[in-house]
Amino acid sequence: MSPAAKPKVAAPAAKSAAKSAAKPKLAIFGAASCGGCDIAIVNIHEHILEVAAAFDIVLWPTILDGKYSDVEAMADGEITITLVSGSMRTDETVHLAKLLRRKSKFVVAFGSCASEGCIPGLANLSSSKEILDTAFSTSSTDNPDGIRPVWEYQAPEGVLHLPEFEPMLRTLDQVVDVDYTIPGCPPESKQIWAALQAVVAALNGTGPLPPKGSVLGAGESTVCDECARKRDVKKISRFVRIQQVAAFDPEICLLEQGLPCNGPATRSGCGALCPAVAAPCIGCYGAAEGVVDYGARLMSAYASVVEAQKPEEIDGILDGIVDPAGQFYRFSLASSLLRGSKAAWNDGEKQ
Amino acid sequence: MERITIDPVTRLEGHGKIEIFLDPDGEVANAYFQIPELRGFERFCVGRPVEEMPTLTNRICGVCPEAHHMAAAKAADAVYHVDPPRPAKLLRELLYSAFYVTDHTTHFYALGGPDFIVGPDAPAAERNILGVIGKVGMEVGGQVIQARKNGHNVIEMIGGRKIHPATAVPGGMTKGITEEQRAEIEKIGRWSIEFAQFSLKIFDQIVLGNDAYKEMVLSDGYTHRTYYMGMLDEKNKVNFYDGRVGITSPDGTRVGTYAPAEYRDWIAEHVEPWTYLKFPYLKKIGWKGFVDGADSGVYCATPLSRLNNADGMATPLAQAAYERMYETLAPKPESGGKRIIHHRLATHWARLVELLYAAERMVELATDPEITSPNVRTVPTEKPTEGVGCVEAPRGTLTHHYWTDERGVLTSVNLIVGTTNNYAPIAMSVKKAAETVIHKGVVNQGLLNRVEMAFRLYDPCFGCATHSLPGEMPLQVAIRNSDGEVIEILSQNC
Repeated sequence: MSPAAKPKVAAPAAKSAAKSAAKPKLAIFGAASCGGCDIAIVNIHEHILEVAAAFDIVLWPTILDGKYSDVEAMADGEITITLVSGSMRTDETVHLAKLLRRKSKFVVAFGSCASEGCIPGLANLSSSKEILDTAFSTSSTDNPDGIRPVWEYQAPEGVLHLPEFEPMLRTLDQVVDVDYTIPGCPPESKQIWAALQAVVAALNGTGPLPPKGSVLGAGESTVCDECARKRDVKKISRFVRIQQVAAFDPEICLLEQGLPCNGPATRSGCGALCPAVAAPCIGCYGAAEGVVDYGARLMSAYASVVEAQKPEEIDGILDGIVDPAGQFYRFSLASSLLRGSKAAWNDGEKQ
Repeated sequence: MERITIDPVTRLEGHGKIEIFLDPDGEVANAYFQIPELRGFERFCVGRPVEEMPTLTNRICGVCPEAHHMAAAKAADAVYHVDPPRPAKLLRELLYSAFYVTDHTTHFYALGGPDFIVGPDAPAAERNILGVIGKVGMEVGGQVIQARKNGHNVIEMIGGRKIHPATAVPGGMTKGITEEQRAEIEKIGRWSIEFAQFSLKIFDQIVLGNDAYKEMVLSDGYTHRTYYMGMLDEKNKVNFYDGRVGITSPDGTRVGTYAPAEYRDWIAEHVEPWTYLKFPYLKKIGWKGFVDGADSGVYCATPLSRLNNADGMATPLAQAAYERMYETLAPKPESGGKRIIHHRLATHWARLVELLYAAERMVELATDPEITSPNVRTVPTEKPTEGVGCVEAPRGTLTHHYWTDERGVLTSVNLIVGTTNNYAPIAMSVKKAAETVIHKGVVNQGLLNRVEMAFRLYDPCFGCATHSLPGEMPLQVAIRNSDGEVIEILSQNC
């Protein structure tokens, strides 16, 4: 490069030090995510200014600023708190999660993807080959030579790299140590604000520091406890699907009207928004307090509303659940005891 | 060969990377725009019940879940061969119009607009929402927050949740709205019309009142002649929720329209081994590589494309704004008969015309006598088979195609997502911007600004995870020698 071309080299570290003073540092990072968690944070609306006043936001790529190199240049533990949304899908996201863990005092698994894998975790029902094969051979794809993305590609002008697609999608705590969890897909904005206020209070010494492993911004009971619908009204003899019923009774529990609702196994905190609009809880706030396996808890809840005398009858009614894997592990497959199907496990032995 | 890597810091999320190679004379040899992420929805939705697709595919994108929610519900309607009652369709479109107001507002004020409002050569630290507020006043900042709040409130009233709505199901909606909610939505709609007109006025004063900006809009570096795609109502006006998809050639001929179910007659997807994203193109024209012109199947599906493809806007104020835009930038028709704006930076203007249309449409729908009808569901009676659902997402025509077994459980899924339509055009714009600014190996801060602007006018949402919100899309350029060692780092937005 000619001397005339010499670019100005930025000195971000000095600048960020100048604006930070002694405020605690906050980083917000999205791994493999849909961006909904970032929108949910922005949707605390004017409170975002209070967050900006309380913290020095050192990294929030989707919203403000911050560079990978700035983070690398930081001392270990220099970031007070890092919120990580999104799941671990490529070697690159895993690398960055580890980097942020090293640089942060507290790491929060923010939202369903980071804490339990979310809907994209259903990818663990397939091998990575099946996922790539499907994406690159759909009926509108013109790909007679069966081309697939490659991690290292020799273009005429030079080598191009892609991050490696990992065999299994992982949650944040399967990759690094996690201090706190804020559940939800996405977390409700008022809950995010409440959690952030609690964190600020703890940092100011005006509130207790939540014990490690705490779930923040959510309740300790189930969605059913927040739901205005009446329960214990009736038993069911079959499951129905939402499109089969023109209108559900607006006051009675949806599950007791035969609609598979995930409320009984799901943590409270959202305010039971979906049942309020005659849609079933789909489980986005994750497992309720004390639940080891989400699907097992939900299954026993379903069994308890079924009106049947014999086990075969119960089985027959449960056959009305057309997609058990999705129904019982829609958001939590990647964090369940199984984590994935045999196909993904065979593929993922290196993990 | 020298190599320049432009790495949006969103690469931290694995979301898009530009590699520019220079030839021995220091001229641009090629540019590659890579998308380094895949989540695999087309695979893992198989086995799921089709009625869950509106909520499952919400999770493709938290920025535009409403688009996936609607495309999925429409595809599920088609799978069951069921036509929802008119009030249900009105409600879906009302939610969708409120979403457009919110989304286009966010882009204009926080993402794309700062380039113009604050100025393309302003210090990067000012080219963000705060700089916009500094230039046009604090009150505007409050209005932008209000517009976003309003939009999400309407989405929650109809969809049950502010993000990832829950109420669209095969055959209609799970619930209607009350008269009280309707009145509130109408009020928000009327407020939004004023807000949109005000936004157009800002654009008028700041951009059109400035010769240097106008010159930049019209410059060759930001001009491409490709096909344009967009959804049309029965009068060939722009529609976001329903209609036939039209395609117009670079010479101003509408070469055809298709019903969503016929999309594969028109669109195919090309694969390259260096990226996780496919490149859709017009099948009838064929993939000829990353090139402009009527012989190349590359098409664009953006606010500007929708306006280029349509005969105008369906509401009066938006139509007047549309006329003014075409009279200013493309007063004469092309040889094919239609007026076409090929200047890609005009996409920002087109977005504001659409913002006004969405606001007017909100009021039309909110004042429809049937909007509060409780008749929002048709229970399907036919056997589920196969169906296609299509809406116009803010970032391009969105197509969901499902195949199910006789129980309505998915056996195959095909998705062509909004921004994906524009993958080839964005790659071309990035390359052209690089070619315009890089000569004899000279690289400077201008490269970043100009390349960023080429990229951002598309409001890209790659992998539906790359979205940048209020503020900059931070870029980092690593200049490497032929061994791949970083010899200089340019950063912007610090």
